[in-house]
Amino acid sequence: MRAIVTNGITREFNGLTAVDHVDLQIEKGELFGLLGPNGAGKTTLIHMLCTILPPTEGTAKVAGFDVGKKPDSVRASIGIVFQDPSLDNRLTGKENLDFHGRVYGMSKTRREKRIDEVLKLVGLEDRANALVQTYSSGMRRRLEIARSFMHHPKIMFLDEPTLGLDPQTRRKIWEYIQMLNKQEKITILLTTHYMDEADYLCGRVGIIDHGRIIVLDKPKKLKDQLEGDIVSLEVPQPKKYAEIFRGRKYVKEVKIVGDYLYLTVTGGEKAVPKLIDIIARRGGKVRSVGCRSPTLEDVFIRYTGRGIREEEGGIKEQMRAHVRAHMR
Amino acid sequence: MSAQAIYVLWLRDMKWFLRAKARIISTIVMPFLWLAILGMGLGAVTQIPGFGNYIDFLAPGIVGMAILFSATMSGVSVLWDKQFGFLKEILVAPVSRISIMLGKTFGGTTTSIIQGVMLLLVAGLIGAKMPGPAGFLLALLFMIVLAIGFVGLGLAIASRIEDPVAFPLVINFLIMPLFFLSGAIFPISMAPEWLRSISYINPVTYGVDGLRGVISGISEFPIWLDLVILGIFSLAMVLLGAYLFKRMSA
Repeated sequence: MRAIVTNGITREFNGLTAVDHVDLQIEKGELFGLLGPNGAGKTTLIHMLCTILPPTEGTAKVAGFDVGKKPDSVRASIGIVFQDPSLDNRLTGKENLDFHGRVYGMSKTRREKRIDEVLKLVGLEDRANALVQTYSSGMRRRLEIARSFMHHPKIMFLDEPTLGLDPQTRRKIWEYIQMLNKQEKITILLTTHYMDEADYLCGRVGIIDHGRIIVLDKPKKLKDQLEGDIVSLEVPQPKKYAEIFRGRKYVKEVKIVGDYLYLTVTGGEKAVPKLIDIIARRGGKVRSVGCRSPTLEDVFIRYTGRGIREEEGGIKEQMRAHVRAHMR
Repeated sequence: MSAQAIYVLWLRDMKWFLRAKARIISTIVMPFLWLAILGMGLGAVTQIPGFGNYIDFLAPGIVGMAILFSATMSGVSVLWDKQFGFLKEILVAPVSRISIMLGKTFGGTTTSIIQGVMLLLVAGLIGAKMPGPAGFLLALLFMIVLAIGFVGLGLAIASRIEDPVAFPLVINFLIMPLFFLSGAIFPISMAPEWLRSISYINPVTYGVDGLRGVISGISEFPIWLDLVILGIFSLAMVLLGAYLFKRMSA
């Protein structure tokens, strides 16, 4: 039995399709990543899988239960860390966990033992009796993670678990996630728009954009598809040179993103001088050069024609995010 | 349904209530001002047949008012939970929506009754007529039924509203007329015809009349009738609240 299966699952909000016929199969024990820009539909998909948002079309099974027909059975099998905060700030850390243990039907002795365990694990035992109001955002996140697995779920959903956290806390949270997956054998579906996070943590990654899964594979396989190194060149009028480079044998692919030319090139280090030379001979001036092994960002660029990061600042994107926030 | 879940939601409301000292004080002070100022100001010029003192007439009405406001307002906790995201934690738990709704109802009812009882005791201190032990227990019963009904109404409204700032405005708009037309500050039997007929379809009228009957011994309707009508209203509100709550998403 698979941990998560979706069949053409779709969600529309007033004509805007947030999730568009997604078919997904996630095996037991996997640490699966959904990678995509803000507004790609990741959160909407998670909300449907954890039964708090009904799909407009399609079905999904989580832990073997249909999300529409057996929501209570689904809920009893899963743990969730939502993208937005979901703690009661007016209760203490311990009280938040106690609340959780009770609504998940844990007995008093089990609850008390488990609360101490999970608090220790995320390093919050000293602050257990302080009001959550007084916690930093990193501490809140750690408390939410502790809470999400204290009832021993089979499957966990982590929606942007490290969003807005400092690098040190991110590392810590990555450790917890790996520990949950390996030691507690919990199947994990994680969403992120951080390439490095998906790359580092996930066994398989699905790249999602505009509500559709565009490509899905192991991170290494995805990167290997690009066959070569990524050379980025910052030049005025990148279009002018794109055509020229497309004719060269050692250039596999050319993409333009803003003022940048992204070339997939075999033997990157050796190719860079040649490329600069070609531009210089046509009177162009290269402002900056980069050469590196491909990342998942390059995979995303290859499939969508744009970067993940550039989406964030866009006005259109902000509007969508705004609309989404109000529809929740 | 899960007793544990109902209990923990109730427990959470109690913790909040006890931690929000300012809230306790303000919910007592406001009705107290009504009682003291109206009671003494109008008391000097008002004589209501059957009542020795205007404050004897007014006190049960103000107790009813305290319950009415605090019960309906307790629905705002749902909106804060929505705002702070805690509602997602509740809605995604493997407990039925009915348990959640009942836990919230009991929580709101308990805090309202604490306030109602405190106000009744304060009224006694400033000279209003107090009931005997049996009357006190009956008054408690009326407070409970009245509170359950309006907590239910508050939750029903809260499940249809997003904005925690808009909620008190909507509630005041609804509650103020119910309060004024309930016979809390003047006897409806002496009011003009049109006002009287509105009062008769106002559920608060029966709550106030029942409270007055068991506290001061004088009521317009038989006490059992007050209780039956109020009970039907409260049951309907709980069912409405449960229905709307069930359809709510985070």
